[in-house]
Amino acid sequence: MAPIASLRFFKEPHFIDAARAAGVAALLALPLLGFRLVDSAQGLSLGYRFSWVVTAALAVFLGRLALTYSGIARHEAAAWVTRSFPHAARIRSHVPSAVVLEKFAPVLLAAFALSLPWFSFADRTLVDRATLILIYVMLGTGLNIVVGLAGLLDLGYAAFYAVGAYSYALLSLNLGLSFWVCLPLAGLLAASFGLVLGFPVLRLRGDYLAIVTLAFGEMVHVILLNWTPVTGGPNGIAGIPRPDFFGLAFVAGSPEGEPSFAQYFGIPFSPLHRVYFLYYLILAMVLIAGAFVWRLRRLPLGRAWEALREDEIACRSLGLNPTRLKLSAFALGAAFAGFAGSFFASRQGFISPESFTFIESAIILAIVVLGGMRSQLGIALAAILIVGLPEWFRYLDEYRMVAFGAAMILVMLWRPQGLSAQRAPTVRLTPKRAQKAKAQAR
Amino acid sequence: MDYFLQQLVNGISLGAIYALIAIGYTMVYGIIGMINFAHGDIYMIGAFISLVGFLLLAAVGITFVPLAIALVLVMAVAFTAVYGWTIERIAYRPLRGAPRLAPLISAIGVSIVLQNYVQLAQGARVKPLQPMITGTMSLSTGGDFRVTISILQILIITLTLVLMAAFTYFIRSTPFGRAQRATEQDRTMAALLGVDVGRVISATFVMGAALAAVAGVMVTLYYGVIDFYIGFVAGIKAFSAAVLGGIGSLPGAVLGGFMIGLLEAFWSGYFSIAYKDVAVFAILVLVLIFRPSGLLGRPEIEKV
Repeated sequence: MAPIASLRFFKEPHFIDAARAAGVAALLALPLLGFRLVDSAQGLSLGYRFSWVVTAALAVFLGRLALTYSGIARHEAAAWVTRSFPHAARIRSHVPSAVVLEKFAPVLLAAFALSLPWFSFADRTLVDRATLILIYVMLGTGLNIVVGLAGLLDLGYAAFYAVGAYSYALLSLNLGLSFWVCLPLAGLLAASFGLVLGFPVLRLRGDYLAIVTLAFGEMVHVILLNWTPVTGGPNGIAGIPRPDFFGLAFVAGSPEGEPSFAQYFGIPFSPLHRVYFLYYLILAMVLIAGAFVWRLRRLPLGRAWEALREDEIACRSLGLNPTRLKLSAFALGAAFAGFAGSFFASRQGFISPESFTFIESAIILAIVVLGGMRSQLGIALAAILIVGLPEWFRYLDEYRMVAFGAAMILVMLWRPQGLSAQRAPTVRLTPKRAQKAKAQAR
Repeated sequence: MDYFLQQLVNGISLGAIYALIAIGYTMVYGIIGMINFAHGDIYMIGAFISLVGFLLLAAVGITFVPLAIALVLVMAVAFTAVYGWTIERIAYRPLRGAPRLAPLISAIGVSIVLQNYVQLAQGARVKPLQPMITGTMSLSTGGDFRVTISILQILIITLTLVLMAAFTYFIRSTPFGRAQRATEQDRTMAALLGVDVGRVISATFVMGAALAAVAGVMVTLYYGVIDFYIGFVAGIKAFSAAVLGGIGSLPGAVLGGFMIGLLEAFWSGYFSIAYKDVAVFAILVLVLIFRPSGLLGRPEIEKV
């Protein structure tokens, strides 16, 4: 009996399916995993490691089987629940819905972020990572204006980030301006770059816009790499001044007669002060930016952006000026990147073109898209997921980037509409509001 | 004048490679309206497979160069096509009908995976290959500057032209080409009329990957060095070529490819090599300002 049963197993459709997948995996693995190009003094030679191909095929086979059976199991479990608890669906409708959650979650998240450094588990690395995540929340907020609100696909956003970072570095090193003077200047410079990019792309649509912004990003990157006298070329700029606490430096001892932060407040010096200060600084920037965008969306400008996103021609017919809308979106989005960039430069103390590659633009775009486009909360969660998690997986080492790319694909397959998707307009005319408006009109 | 001719020859050879990659972008864009960001990396995979193939043939003892190149072409096209098919199946097909940006992000993910996968599997160092075809022909011997065209350049240009012609015939006159064009125009209607849309889209990816693989073989022979990162820049330039010619248009992609190749060759020849990419992108922006839908693209007519 038993051998026949096991033979039948080989004819199972799931088994055949998994075997097929394994076959494809073997074909994929054969040329690049099965053979190894070996450098040596005599030139290139070929090494063999067919065991890798077998391993890859086996892994795919088992993975595929597991996926199929877990899918079947989940389906059956769901069916069992509906059968045994017919009222389950009604109970579920009483669970607080996503809408309620979205009302309170931002407040909770902000409260958590504000108190983070005071928790006992928050050591220096954690606060550092949180700072990094917040930089990306800031960048995501800026790109969200361009992509999420105005609907203009920008693949070169890291260029503005670079402009912000380099303008802070150059202004503070060459002119000796302080961080607080440079911050708005960097924002302004980035915004004017946004306008410069905005003008030529006004007539372009959709994917043409995408390629031009991508080209713009690459151009900025190439210029940073090659304009050595100003940007330092591939070596970048080092020794960028750190931000101070409104004139009080974060140093041990006393710099040239002026009191340091620790002395002024009469507390013992600790290197943590600067870490916490940087954290709260970027947190404040993010909260202000978030509140700003939140208000902006309710203002005529924000509503016009949403109209532009939905339909440019209809927007024009209603008397809105697409030129002004697009330019303002580009400039504002770029200004946010400029702020983030100058914060980044002052935090690192060192910048090089390495930090502003296409991957950077892609990561920021992924945060916005995964965040569900136009949702502040979504952007914060997506930044934690995309920037935060890989930081914790540093031990994966060289496999980290493969895992990162794979996660990007899987997350998109899992939630193509983003973590918290709302396409609904920010402000809508409800019957109640319409009546109120009517009453006012009378 | 001689220098000019030489740059012309170099530019056309380079342009042929871009044109081959650009076709993959333009076809995929035409049929499902997405930027296949991983296409440049498919080309890189093709180049690596061809390098493995050349070394393998040398190890087996096939040293007759034309035979070796033919075999490697077949090998690279076959294996790279499997990559193209698998990527579409895993990363793009489940996202059909999803918001427009989801497949784009997924494609960027695929690109990151492919680059790092090859880096892990084959190492990050550049891989050199001994030149296999070394002959050159003189076009003009007058003066102190000799204009030469290498046998390899002739091979690249001829192969590209033959492939283009075959491809145009394939799309214009075969039942599959008809199905493909129908799907491009209206996917739902094509499905209603009995076209297996899923298969057509798969085949489009396979064809794009096959052409990219040919470009990969050519570039391995032409430059003799490859690394895991070549796909990115070549990908952007080929995509620029597709956009320049008018995305969705096959002749446009070829025209754009040759234009970008020529521009790059002339800029490096007369101005600076460092800023050649800036020049390419600047021209792209300039052309798009005056012809927003590319040189041969039809302007989209939108109705509210």
